[in-house]
Amino acid sequence: MAGNREFFYRRLHSLLGVIPVGLFLIQHLVVNHFATKGADSFNKAAHFMESLPFRYVLEIFVIFLPLLFHAIYGIYIAFTAKNNASRYNFFRNWMFVLQRFTGIVTLIFVVWHVWETRMAAAFGAEVNFNMMENILSNPFMLWFYIIGVVSTTFHFANGLWSFAVSWGITVTPRSQLISTYVTIGIFIALSIVGIRAIFAFV
Amino acid sequence: MAENSTVHFIISRQDSPDSEPYQEEFHVPYRPNMNVISALMEIRRNPVNAEGKETSPITWDMNCLEEVCGACSMIINGKPRQSCSAIVDQLEQPIRLEPMRTFPVVRDLQVDRSRMFDSLKKVKAWIPIDGTYDLGPGPRMPEVKRQWAYELSKCMTCGVCLEACPNVNSKSNFIGPAPLSQVRLFNAHPTGEMNKAERLNAIMEDGGLTNCGNSQNCVQSCPKGIPLTTSIAALNRDTTLQSFKNFFGSDQV
Repeated sequence: MAGNREFFYRRLHSLLGVIPVGLFLIQHLVVNHFATKGADSFNKAAHFMESLPFRYVLEIFVIFLPLLFHAIYGIYIAFTAKNNASRYNFFRNWMFVLQRFTGIVTLIFVVWHVWETRMAAAFGAEVNFNMMENILSNPFMLWFYIIGVVSTTFHFANGLWSFAVSWGITVTPRSQLISTYVTIGIFIALSIVGIRAIFAFV
Repeated sequence: MAENSTVHFIISRQDSPDSEPYQEEFHVPYRPNMNVISALMEIRRNPVNAEGKETSPITWDMNCLEEVCGACSMIINGKPRQSCSAIVDQLEQPIRLEPMRTFPVVRDLQVDRSRMFDSLKKVKAWIPIDGTYDLGPGPRMPEVKRQWAYELSKCMTCGVCLEACPNVNSKSNFIGPAPLSQVRLFNAHPTGEMNKAERLNAIMEDGGLTNCGNSQNCVQSCPKGIPLTTSIAALNRDTTLQSFKNFFGSDQV
C-alpha cells in the first residue's frame, strides 16, 4: 500500500466528493427548498434534520470529515496545476480550470456558511427561517450566497463528470460527451433548486 | 506569400541550461514550400539576425524530417508541434519559436526529453519474450484489436502531450499521457498481457495515472491523433479493478 498512497488518496478524494459530500449537498438543497413553501414549512424541515438520531455521528462522518479531506486534498490538487486555458482554448480545459476555481470559491463559501450557521448554532443561536432572512437581507451576503451556491453546484456537477472518467465508467469519447450533457442538466437543475431557496428568504 | 521576399522569425534563445532566455529576430529569405526546419538551416548557413549583426547559429533537434521521430518538437506560434511539418506558408508571421519548457532546455530550441524515456522504463513499456528455452509462438491477436492497438503504437515520444498538459509541471511528478497510453498498448498485446498487473501497479504509484485532471489537452494536441484520453479512461477502469484485486483478491497477477 505504501507505494500506492497517491492512487488511494486521489481515488478517495474523487469518491468522497460524490459519496457522501455530493449526496449531502443534494439533500441540503432539497431541504432548503422547503423555504419556498413558507417559513413554517422550512422550520419544520430544518427541525426534523436537527432532531435526527445520532446527529453528531452523522455530522462528523457524513459531512465534516469527508468534506475536510476533500477540501484539503483539493487545495493541493488545485495548486499543483499550471492552468493554460489561454494557450489551449478547449472546452474541457476550461472545465478543468473552472473545476479548480469553483473548488476554491466553494471552500471559502462553505467555511463562511458553516461558521455563520452551524457554528452559531453550537454557540446557542437557533437555525431557522429568520436567521437566513437576516443574513440574506444584506445585498452583499445575498450575492455571496448566490455565487457560493452556483459555484458549489457547478463543482459538484462537473465533478460527477470527472468521477465517471476517473473510475473508468465513461471510457469512450461518446459516453464522455453524453455525460457532459447529463452533468450540465444536473448543474442547471440543482442551481435552480438552490437559487429558488435563496430568493424564498428575500 | 510569393511577393514577400523574407520570412520574419522571432526565436526564443538560451545559451545554456541555467542562463536567462532572450529573443532574437531574423529575416530569412523566402523559398517556396519551406518549413520551419529549412528556415533554421538557412539561419545556420548565414547566422545574421534582423539587425544585420552576426550571431551564433540556433540549436535545435531533428532527425527524420517526416513527423515520425518526434525529435524536432517545439512551440510554434504558441502551439507545441513538430517543426518539420510546420509549413511556413501555413503560418502567421512573425513566426515565433520557443522550446518546450516543460522539459529542461539544453540550448535555444533543444530540450532534454529523457524523463519520457525514464517513464517508459518505469511502466515497463515492452514485452518480455526471453526465456531459458524456446517459448514458442505467442497467442494470436484478433485483427480488430490489432487495428486499434496500431493507433496507439504511433506514439513517437515527441513530448507535445506533456507540454500541453496543465498537470505536467515543476510542481508535480506526473509522468504524463504518453507513457500511460503505452501501458494500454502493451497490455492489449496477447503476450504483453501476461505482465498486465505489473504495468498497472507501476502506473498506480506516485506520479502515475491518478494525476490526470481530465483537461483533455493531450488528445487535442497529439500530432498523431492518438486517443490518449480514451487510453487514460480505459486504464482508470483497469486500475480500479486492479486495486480491488490487490486489496481483496489472492492471486498475484
